[in-house]
Amino acid sequence: MRVSLFITCYNDTLFPETGKAVVRVLERLGHTVEFPSGQTCCGQMHWNTGYQAEALPLVARFVEQFRNAEAVVVPSSSCVAMMRDHYPKMAAELKDERLMAEVEALLPRVFEFSEFLTKRLGLEDVGAYYPHRVTYHASCHGLRNLELGDGPMRLLRAVRGIELVPLEGLEQCCGFGGTFAVKNADVSSAMLAEKTTAVLNTDAEACTACDNSCLMHIQGGLHRQRTGVKTVHLAEILAGDEVGR
Amino acid sequence: MSGVLDPRTSPPFPIVAKTMLGDSQLRKNVRHATDVIQTKRARVVGEMPDWQALREAGRQIRSHTMENLDFYLEELERNCTRAGGVVHWARDAEEARQIVVALVKESGSDEVIKIKSMTTEEIHLNPALEAAGIHPYETDLAELIIQLGEDWPSHIVVPALHKNRQQIREIFQKKMNLPELGERPQDLADAARMFLREKFLRVKTGLSGANFLIAETGGVCIIESEGNGRMCLTLPETLITVAGIDKVLPRYQDLEVVLQLVPRSATGERMNPYNSIWTGVNAKDGPRNFHVVLMDNARTEILADEEARQTLNCVRCGACQNACPVYRQTGGHAYGSVYAGPIGAILTPQLQEMHHAQSLPYASSLCGACYEVCPVKINIPEVLIHLRNKVVEQKGVSAEALAMKMMGMVFMSERRFRAAQRMGRMAEVPLVRKDGQGVGWIGWLPGMLGGWTQVRDLQEMPKETFRDWWEKRGKDGK
Repeated sequence: MRVSLFITCYNDTLFPETGKAVVRVLERLGHTVEFPSGQTCCGQMHWNTGYQAEALPLVARFVEQFRNAEAVVVPSSSCVAMMRDHYPKMAAELKDERLMAEVEALLPRVFEFSEFLTKRLGLEDVGAYYPHRVTYHASCHGLRNLELGDGPMRLLRAVRGIELVPLEGLEQCCGFGGTFAVKNADVSSAMLAEKTTAVLNTDAEACTACDNSCLMHIQGGLHRQRTGVKTVHLAEILAGDEVGR
Repeated sequence: MSGVLDPRTSPPFPIVAKTMLGDSQLRKNVRHATDVIQTKRARVVGEMPDWQALREAGRQIRSHTMENLDFYLEELERNCTRAGGVVHWARDAEEARQIVVALVKESGSDEVIKIKSMTTEEIHLNPALEAAGIHPYETDLAELIIQLGEDWPSHIVVPALHKNRQQIREIFQKKMNLPELGERPQDLADAARMFLREKFLRVKTGLSGANFLIAETGGVCIIESEGNGRMCLTLPETLITVAGIDKVLPRYQDLEVVLQLVPRSATGERMNPYNSIWTGVNAKDGPRNFHVVLMDNARTEILADEEARQTLNCVRCGACQNACPVYRQTGGHAYGSVYAGPIGAILTPQLQEMHHAQSLPYASSLCGACYEVCPVKINIPEVLIHLRNKVVEQKGVSAEALAMKMMGMVFMSERRFRAAQRMGRMAEVPLVRKDGQGVGWIGWLPGMLGGWTQVRDLQEMPKETFRDWWEKRGKDGK
């Protein structure tokens, strides 16, 4: 299949390893990856913070970049949730009927990365090897908006050498919430403290998730506490193989 | 806790939240209580094979009512009057207070027994009654604790949820003059019962809220756990019910749906122990004078806002509060209003016409747990975002707005985006410190971003963006 990658502004800038891992997994599975270079941001930060005027034009920009895609893969559950939950309404708000139709036609072809593997390709075992003790955090948008269910866990269970440990309070928000982490820093910190305690209680070497924004938050807390526990995007675990990098 | 929970005077959410986060006893109490309720709720909701269908039925009933509110309110007034009740209309809190005070005076009493009503808390009725020389006695156990403790409610359903048993015992010992009071729940319940019984039998005027108003019959419905409410509804000679106009249900049969949804969501019970419905007056039984004060207080403005209208569908079960990770950290007082938690974060700013409580729409990580548990499927995150947009538009120019505008422009061009990425890498250089493994971390950020580095580090930006890597990869012919 010809897979178009929407890397997200966040991953492009801060977590390029995640994008490389997505490419590695998809190519290993025999797919062709393309990267429309005009892509930037889905508009989530603006939209969720109340800056609708700034977010609206990004809908047309996204459609322009991906209208001809066979499938769009996004390694971020919150960005996919942004598109699915809000793009149709945003296009309607712009009173652009052509855009509304294009959004409607494109969205069924947009997938979060783990969702693409499990739901679109029907895969669980992607031939990965990752000999570490790992715990999984279910990001809120993946859990509630995308209803990923146990899809990411099924992918992880099929990884050779991995030791999976359950995370207590799996469904609790880590406290990131985009600009919430800055606007309500104290509450966000209190929520984070619960999450990092739960992670540390698992004795895992790494905490994984389908969203680097949650992971950056958790990683920030774990590093401040000098714990040595790492965070790693699910794609990077699935990209690991016995041949090595 | 000092001062009335009043959005007009309360400091912004992050400020009060910070104080609350320092109260470890309160946080322990809130955590424990919400955990217990959530566990019970999950169990009884899990028993229902048609829970999602029930939620959808609840949503449809409530949405339909809001879309035809004028019709059902008129029907309610007609039927209530026919049954012997008197309907009063109050445009705002001030009018509602005046009407109630006048009615109580007319009843010839300088005392009232009250059954828990968040609506009367919303309009600060108790201070108004006291100013008029009328003493209100709260009879809901939790509200009694709040009243005697000179405290403020912190939860819609469990107003004293932030207090534990020992704290309650101390309040009762002091205020009921019971130095020998035991510490079993039974002892506390007995003390409250003795204290209240005397009021029930003596006070001739009752004041209630309403869980639902039934247009078809003109009836009023209250659901509760203790039976104290029923005493207030049946013993006095005069009963005054204060309700927001959003409390209407079209038909009697609609109770079939909401009376399954609410108790399960609110307290994890299959049914409330006491479900009271009263309609007008009856010569042989109950109050001889019955008044309903129907209060707007900004509700028609909420109704006019198509995107936020669903706020009025709320049936006040408090499930969103128990599920909210923000509420669970801070408790209710941080919200500066009687309506706390996610529903408070959307309801309060709208009741205040957005002039006050501007920080409340941001008191959420948008995790969606509130939407997931709401028995009438109010999409609270969606309304929060809508209100955030209103806040931004009202605020106009600010440092944040300028930064957001610039970022918006950056995202409209690949060239500008790449330039911004390069600039970010340069700007962070003076802030980066290498750790033992040679990895760069930022432990301090200036200005607004400083909130991040309060308890979190930030890894330095990688030297190469994904798109740079992708382009190079193409050139290498890989």
